[in-house]
Parts: sequence; C-alpha cells; structure tokens
Amino acid sequence: MPKVTININKCKGCKLCTSVCPKKIVVIDKKTLNASGFCPASISEPEKCIGCAFCAQICPDVAIEVEK
Amino acid sequence: MEKVFSKPHVLTDTPTHYCPGCTHGVIHRIVAKVIDDLGIEGDTIGISPVGCAVFMYNYFHCDFQQAAHGRAPAVATGVKRVHPDKIVFTYQGDGDLAAIGTAETVHAATRGENITIVYINNSIYGMTGGQMAPTTLMGQVTQTTPYGREASTQGFPIGIAEMLSTLEGPSYIKRCAVDSIKHIKDTEESLRVAFQRQIDKKGFSLVEILSTCPTNWGMPPLEAMEWERENVFKVFPLGLYKDKEINFYHKDVANADEKAIKASENSGTDCDSIKEED
Amino acid sequence: MSDKVLMKGNEAAAEAAIRAGCRYFFGYPITPQTEVSAYMAKKMPKIDGVFLQAESEVAAINMVFGAAGAGARAMTSTSSPGFSLKQEGVSYIAGADLPCVILDVVRAGPGLGGIQAAQSDYFQVTKGGGHGDYRLIVLAPSTVQEMATFTALAFDLADKYRNPALVLSDGILGQMMEPIDFDDVEAGFDPSKIRDFSDKPWATTGTNCKRGQNLIKSINTNPVELEQENIERYAKYAEVEKNEKRCETIGVENADVLFVAYGTSARICKNTIELLKKERVTAKLFRPITLWPFPDDALKLAAKNVKAVVVVEMSHGQMIEDVRLNIQDKPIYFSGRSGGMIPLPADIAKVAIDAVSVIKNDGSNTYEGGRE
Repeated sequence: MPKVTININKCKGCKLCTSVCPKKIVVIDKKTLNASGFCPASISEPEKCIGCAFCAQICPDVAIEVEK
Repeated sequence: MEKVFSKPHVLTDTPTHYCPGCTHGVIHRIVAKVIDDLGIEGDTIGISPVGCAVFMYNYFHCDFQQAAHGRAPAVATGVKRVHPDKIVFTYQGDGDLAAIGTAETVHAATRGENITIVYINNSIYGMTGGQMAPTTLMGQVTQTTPYGREASTQGFPIGIAEMLSTLEGPSYIKRCAVDSIKHIKDTEESLRVAFQRQIDKKGFSLVEILSTCPTNWGMPPLEAMEWERENVFKVFPLGLYKDKEINFYHKDVANADEKAIKASENSGTDCDSIKEED
Repeated sequence: MSDKVLMKGNEAAAEAAIRAGCRYFFGYPITPQTEVSAYMAKKMPKIDGVFLQAESEVAAINMVFGAAGAGARAMTSTSSPGFSLKQEGVSYIAGADLPCVILDVVRAGPGLGGIQAAQSDYFQVTKGGGHGDYRLIVLAPSTVQEMATFTALAFDLADKYRNPALVLSDGILGQMMEPIDFDDVEAGFDPSKIRDFSDKPWATTGTNCKRGQNLIKSINTNPVELEQENIERYAKYAEVEKNEKRCETIGVENADVLFVAYGTSARICKNTIELLKKERVTAKLFRPITLWPFPDDALKLAAKNVKAVVVVEMSHGQMIEDVRLNIQDKPIYFSGRSGGMIPLPADIAKVAIDAVSVIKNDGSNTYEGGRE
C-alpha cells in the first residue's frame, strides 16, 4: 500500500492538496495545530491511496512525500 | 517501497516565506525538478528579482545573484556572457518583468540572449501589499485600483508572451499555469524544453506561468484557483506562442581583414558591403 | 604598442582596460565618450572578449553587475547623464561588494546640458550619487597617459578592495590626442588568468556540486546584519583611505598662492603659475589624483605657508567644499567656468593677484568668483 508522509510543520493548511486527490482522502485535520498555528493536511483513509502523488505535486511547500 | 515523490535535490529545506497556497512554491518545485532532471544544478546560476520571490536564493542550492528591480535579464546577460557554458535563468514577477523591467526583457529577447526566463504572472504586486500590475485585469480591484482597473486611467493588461513572440530573437515562448495537475505537468514539460533550448545554445526562452495571489486577491487559495480559471485564463490564453529554431549567424571577425575595417571607417559604409577577397 | 603612440583619451582608456584583462565591456552611446564603445566593438571580438551595446545605461551597469558577480573584470563607460542613470546599479554593486570599473567622461549639466567638458559631477561621484552609505574609489586623470594608466590602476584597486572604481575624466581629455606609452600601463594582471576565476572564490561560476552556494546580493532585511555589513564595508573604506590617497604638488615650495585643481583645470593652473611669474606672484598647484579618498593631509601640508588658496573648477564650485573642510586658517577663493566654458589663465591669475593684494590691506575677507 502506498505511503504518504506529510511534514505537518511545513504544511500551511492551504488545502490545495485536498482538491486534487482522486480518492478524496486528503483532508484538513481540524483537531491539530502545527507550530505555525495552521491545521495541517492529513490522509483520512490511507488504505485507499493509489500513490499518484497529485497531492504532493500541487503542494507549494513540498511538505508531502510519497512512497509506493 | 521506493520513493515516488520527494523534494528535488536543488531545493533547500528552508521553509518558504510565501503565503499559504501561493503558487510560487509550486513553481519553485517544478523549476527545481527540471534542474535536477537535466542534471545541471552545478552549472546553474539563478537570478532572483525584487518582489515576493526576492528570497528565492534561500530555497535553492545553486549559485544565485539578486538583481535590482526589473534588471534581472540584464544581470543574467552579464553572467551568461562571462560563462556561456553555464545555465542562467531569471525568475521574475509581473511587476519586475512587465513594468519596470520591460526594456530589459524586450532587449534580452530580441538579442536572442541564451538565457531562460521564468515569468510569474499573478496580475498583482504581492510583496508591497497588492497594488495594480501591468497584468491586472480590467475591473480588478487592487490597492491602487480601488474602484476596479479602468482603461481611461490605467490602460490595458500586457500580454508578454504575445508581445515577445513577435520578435525575431526568442526561440521558445510558452504560457502555462499551475492550477491543476494537468497544467502542473504541462508547466514542467515546458520548463524542461526551455532549459534544454538553453543547454543546446539555441537562444532565448521564456515560460510565462499564470499564478494566484490568495492574500492580495483577497480569496482563500482554492477560490483563487477558481477565479484564475474563470477570469485570468480568458485574458491570458495558455499555449505555445513561439517555438522556432533561431539561426545565429556568427561572422568570424577574429581574422577579418583590417583593411576592410579601415575602409568602412573612412567611407562609413557597413563592413559587409566591402567585397572580401576570400 | 610598446613605443609611443598618439591616441585619443577615450581610446587610450579602452586599450588600457583590455591590457588590464578586461574582456567584458557593456556600453551605451553618449557624447563625448562613444569612441570607447566603438573601440571595444572593434577590438573585443578579435581577442575573444565581449562588447555589448546595452539598451540603456541602466541595463549596461546591471550587465556589469552580473559579469562582475560572475568573477570577470567588467567595465562600462558613459558621460554625466548616463552616469546619473547608473546610480541605482552602482549602489547595488557597492552593496554587493563587487569590483568593476566605470569611466565617466563628464560633460556640462544639469539635465541634457551640453556636450563640452565640465567637472560638475564631483559631488555625484565623491558624495555618492546612489542611495545608502557607500563610496566609489575615484581617480582623476589630467592627461591622455593618465586616462590609460588610471583605468588599469582602477581595475587593480577595484579587485583589491572589491569595490567599484571610477575614472573621472571630461570631454576635453576624452577627445584630446596626446602621445602615450603603454609600457607603464601594464597592470598587475596575468593575461593567462582571464578565464580563470579562481582568484574570486566568491563569484557565481556554478557550484559544480563541489561547493556551497555563492550568493551575490545587497539585500538584508535584518537590520542587525545589514548594519554589520555596512560596518565591515566602512572598515574596508578606512583601509582605502589609509593606503590609496594620491596627489601631486607642483611649483615652488614657499609660494604665496596655492591652486587646488584636478583634471583639465589642473593643466590650466600650470599655465597660470607661469603667467603669474611675470606679475611676481609665486604660485603652486596641489592636484588631487584620488578624489576619493581625498588627499586631505597632503592638502593641509601644501597649504601650510601660503597666503591664499584658489580653487579652480569647471563648475560652480564642488570640490571647494572639501578644500574648506580641510583648510580653516587661510582665505579660500574660487575661480571657475561652467556650461562647457573653459577657465582662462588670465581670469584665474586675476583672482590670485586680488587674493594676494587683498591680504596686504586687511587679510580677513574671503572672496569668490572671479569671472567679471
């Protein structure tokens, strides 16, 4: 199963990644605040991830790493 | 498992100072990926502008020079003439390139200067807090067009890709966007062609990349992407504006006949009209 | 060209730059120095050098910024209106600690002014025409030979202190032809090192993935750090002031009148000294060669035993302010022309004679002007 690692301290909670995930599993984790006070992105259902890395490609802060 | 996606090597780990959702970050990554893929990090010299991207040098490992506002194409020319085998690119916003730096841009292009310009067009001055840019759309509200840009006082937006494609010098001019994965891939491909054109010494290349400025457009990042698709794409159509092999005829003057030069000096005629006995 | 050759000032400066290892010249046409560009356009392609006519003086100085930041000996030349356009670029070059050479062949101003010679840019070049705390090393030739020698020297000083160096000439010196010997122009430059940038490890030559990033910039939005950069730059300027002051004193030691003049005005003062001998007025000339660093101590020394100082400039008096700063115990007079007019020995002599005679009655007032 592909693995997506989000560096929550680099994430600025801009939500761009949430708009391009074909499986709609990239969401904003409203329960967490990162060091800068942003709610970071997170993967709601990791098992559905197909490792396309769309989320990583549109991330302005290169905060997402994908393994497959 | 092996990495499918990770930070390009030429990018540093320094967190960027850009606002959340600012597409500068996306474009930095794409430029970095192209530099990595072409294996030119050690040969590349970047020129950063004055504008939001002024601190770009903090995010790249390659050598950098920071140019005065609008002068990056001239600084790049200076660097390139000293190191013709190195890869020199400028990264400029619409204020830097299409307002104060228009002359430097037009002349680097018409010289066919063998550099690559990455031109970020987000229709606004970001760093100084959202003023009108040469590419601000008609009716668009900014700090200096509080009632919406209107032609009678602030004229019309400038299409740099269109304008420069009328010149003889440029070899490759493309306008792209990074609002979707499809467009991000197209931008990456276009930047690869542009940098390759420079590597092959085939002349001037410029990629205009439409961008968003959530903070100064006054919209969340995703809304800004939507607004861009509905409004900006209409004024600045994406696509290929010039892709041509430029014939840089180089006259070997190293052993041009002194007589020919003397003759031209006196008669004021152009050297070429002198019949050279070869 | 080792023997004597007759040459125009502008072309002598261009040839000297080439001999000093300059292979990158970015010019723009402006009277009265366009011959420099024409000369470079002819010579550079033959020696694998680059001559580029930029689209403006603003572009030209920024091309020099890029080339200098890339490790090359780079140069531009212009005249007063063009040099005004280059001020932002010069401030950036100084702020990024880059070496380069600028030749400024001054013409009458302000505005478009005239195309004849003047010295009305003294303030601009010595008090900083651009923004921020910075200095230009300024050399003022008064012969065609010095146009060459000082251009080569400017390259050495620019590299030695990583600072822009400026040769302040004028329309007369640029257009005039005089015999010149290039033997004593050989700057401390090894021609084989033209493409070898190893003596400038800070230059942006590409990391080759063997070193960290080289960064050429003047921006620093952290006030603590920016002030520190300025403090270090001023320590450098103190070194320049300690080591590089140059001047010349000509004439009898115990003269009554001290002329203070540079460049073309200095030549005219030499004639005036001869003229004054018939009037039995003894005079000598103090000629600053570096306008910055200003040769203040030497000026004080030269003025020690004189009765009056006469400053001669082709302007309404700019260097005179630096003379006043350094001489408080002697009456200081001014004699000058502007607009491209050239001061005449007879007029200067009259000022000198009045200066000496006035002292005989009350010895207190300072008297300025001298053209009526």
